[in-house]
Amino acid sequence: SPLGARLLSVLSRDHLTEDDWDELEETLLLADIGAGPAGELLDALRTRVRVLGVRDAASVRALLREELLKVVDPTMDRALATRPATGDDGAHVPAVVLVVGVNGTGKTTTVGKLARVLVAEDRSVVLGAADTFRAAAADQLQTWGARVGVETVRADRDGADPAAVAFDAVRKGRADDTDVVLVDTAGRLQNKAGLMDELGKITRVITREAPLSEVLLVLDATTGQNGLNQARVFGEVAGVTGIVLTKLDGTAKGGIVVAVQRELGVPVKLVGLGEGPDDLAPFDAGQFVDGLLG
Amino acid sequence: MFNSLSDRLTSTFKNLRGRGRLSEADIDATVREIRRALLDADVAVPVVREFTAAVRERALSAEVSGALNPAQQVVKIVNDELVGILGGQTRALQLAKTPPTVIMLAGLQGAGKTTLAGKLGLALKEQGHTPLLVAADLQRPNAVTQLSVVAERAGVPVFAPHPGNQGAETDAVIGDPVGVARDGVAEARAKQHDVVIVDTAGRLGVDRLLMQQAADIRDAVTPDEVLFVIDAMIGQDAVATAKAFEDAVDFTGVVLSKLDGDARGGAALSVATVTGRPIMFASTGEKLTDFEVFHPDRMASRILDMGDVLTLIEQA
Ligand SMILES: Nc1nc2c(ncn2[C@@H]2O[C@H](COP(=O)(O)OP(=O)(O)OP(=O)(O)O)[C@@H](O)[C@H]2O)c(=O)[nH]1
Ligand SMILES: Nc1nc2c(ncn2[C@@H]2O[C@H](COP(=O)(O)OP(=O)(O)OP(=O)(O)O)[C@@H](O)[C@H]2O)c(=O)[nH]1
Ligand SMILES: [Mg+2]
Ligand SMILES: [Mg+2]
Repeated sequence: SPLGARLLSVLSRDHLTEDDWDELEETLLLADIGAGPAGELLDALRTRVRVLGVRDAASVRALLREELLKVVDPTMDRALATRPATGDDGAHVPAVVLVVGVNGTGKTTTVGKLARVLVAEDRSVVLGAADTFRAAAADQLQTWGARVGVETVRADRDGADPAAVAFDAVRKGRADDTDVVLVDTAGRLQNKAGLMDELGKITRVITREAPLSEVLLVLDATTGQNGLNQARVFGEVAGVTGIVLTKLDGTAKGGIVVAVQRELGVPVKLVGLGEGPDDLAPFDAGQFVDGLLG
Repeated sequence: MFNSLSDRLTSTFKNLRGRGRLSEADIDATVREIRRALLDADVAVPVVREFTAAVRERALSAEVSGALNPAQQVVKIVNDELVGILGGQTRALQLAKTPPTVIMLAGLQGAGKTTLAGKLGLALKEQGHTPLLVAADLQRPNAVTQLSVVAERAGVPVFAPHPGNQGAETDAVIGDPVGVARDGVAEARAKQHDVVIVDTAGRLGVDRLLMQQAADIRDAVTPDEVLFVIDAMIGQDAVATAKAFEDAVDFTGVVLSKLDGDARGGAALSVATVTGRPIMFASTGEKLTDFEVFHPDRMASRILDMGDVLTLIEQA
């Protein structure tokens, strides 16, 4: 790729000039890492290059990759908590996964793909269509459910209380001994207080019936620096436990998740690589970093 | 922590108070702050480079105005340049001399096309037009249903001869979206609708097959307007995506969506700069009435977080 080639040509010079460092910064900026984090990364790299007395291209490239990998942190536990439990009263408690995010990032699609993965692992799944707002949102989710062979709990009308639908889905999961309940929510912008309150209510109502095993924030890889605002507010309101980075099949690198991971202290767990049912994969730190650099 | 350009420039101004003419170093310092603000606003890197170079050049050669101190003059130059690029060619929808006027919508997945179809439909209806929405997204599960619901909410008819992806389909391309688009225009002509709005599937710039399909739809309906819908939250990918859509469908105008969020929306500058196409509308919410003509001056101060800066200048 041109970026990779360019980076390589920068790094293959035996002496880095200010212009070279600017080009390195540019590589990071183009990946949506953000000006602040890019500056910090390069400062760290400069120090190491100086301390180690590194001059040769291959080593500097390896060091930058190392620095990036350190921030992305391959040691984080990225497993999805989807194990059902038994309550104090001996009752079956399904794992509940709540999916949240701004409009159009791929929440509903991710729920569909995730259901497919779980079903393939022989787990029983029920979907909750807690987006009662957007046109045909419940139909879209139900279509995904039918596609992978799981049932969808939905309201009988548009505009119904989404918390009630989420509650019903979890209750059904309890009653039917379902392993995992996946709850889809409406897209909402983090600066809309009313909609964020509604999300808070959904989480509280669900928790009355079963603890939330995972709250997944779905971020679109094309998102720029606003992704950090999204993470902050959703993290605060919904207690996010993991990030899903969608649309990585395009030209966008998704570098904003580097800052997001650090801000929230929770890992990217899954990546979306297309619109089909099988286009969901575990996050791989090494692959991701290689993508950022080229 | 100095987060916004306003904050950072306020402190720059303080240091400069009382000084007469700006030195080259002073201009560079101000331009650096502006560069950082543009990057934080997600303006594309190559666009930032081009833009700051132009600003620097103008600032160096600028006449000293008595009313403003030189740093403030730099900011004013930035603002003027931004408004110039964003609003260079603002214009209204181009209507066909012989109806129906055909409007095609295109963009990435989830950008806000289907919602926009409803908004345009409603706005045009209220202006006395008789729009028809055409469901040419057969790809995304229930896209056709979504457009039908949106049309119903807007109180405009929809042409949806194919149910679209119902879940079982696994083909790369489902049905014949090009045919649906073509038939939609014929239907409008037959039923005397004076505007046709064609909703298309979201697609990635790198998806050869779907980009070709978009080009084929364009060729089949020869639209009067092709509107490229782009999410205001998009980052550095804006340029690659805008270029890919320009190549495939040669869009005539841009709609910036989700401007009701708190994203700075630097994409507006990126897309306007690299394609030279006008930004025509702003989408500002999920309701069908959340839709307005694009305001370049508001966008300029939003991108730079300039509200306070401009006030500062006015007070100078
Ligand atoms: N290329 C690509 N497209 C995706 C991916 N995930 C989702 N999409 C597409 O993105 C669009 C939006 O996806 P949805 O799942 O409807 O998004 P959402 O977050 O549920 O949207 P709202 O409920 O309206 O907020 C659809 O066209 C999806 O097919 C992905 O990983 N890659
Ligand atoms: N807040 C806000 N949400 C919007 C706006 N425009 C669209 N949306 C929401 O964004 C999501 C995606 O909108 P759609 O109209 O389905 O987008 P699309 O481009 O048709 O998506 P695909 O067909 O999947 O490519 C939905 O949740 C919409 O309600 C807007 O201006 N502001
Ligand atoms: Mg959805
Ligand atoms: Mg659509």
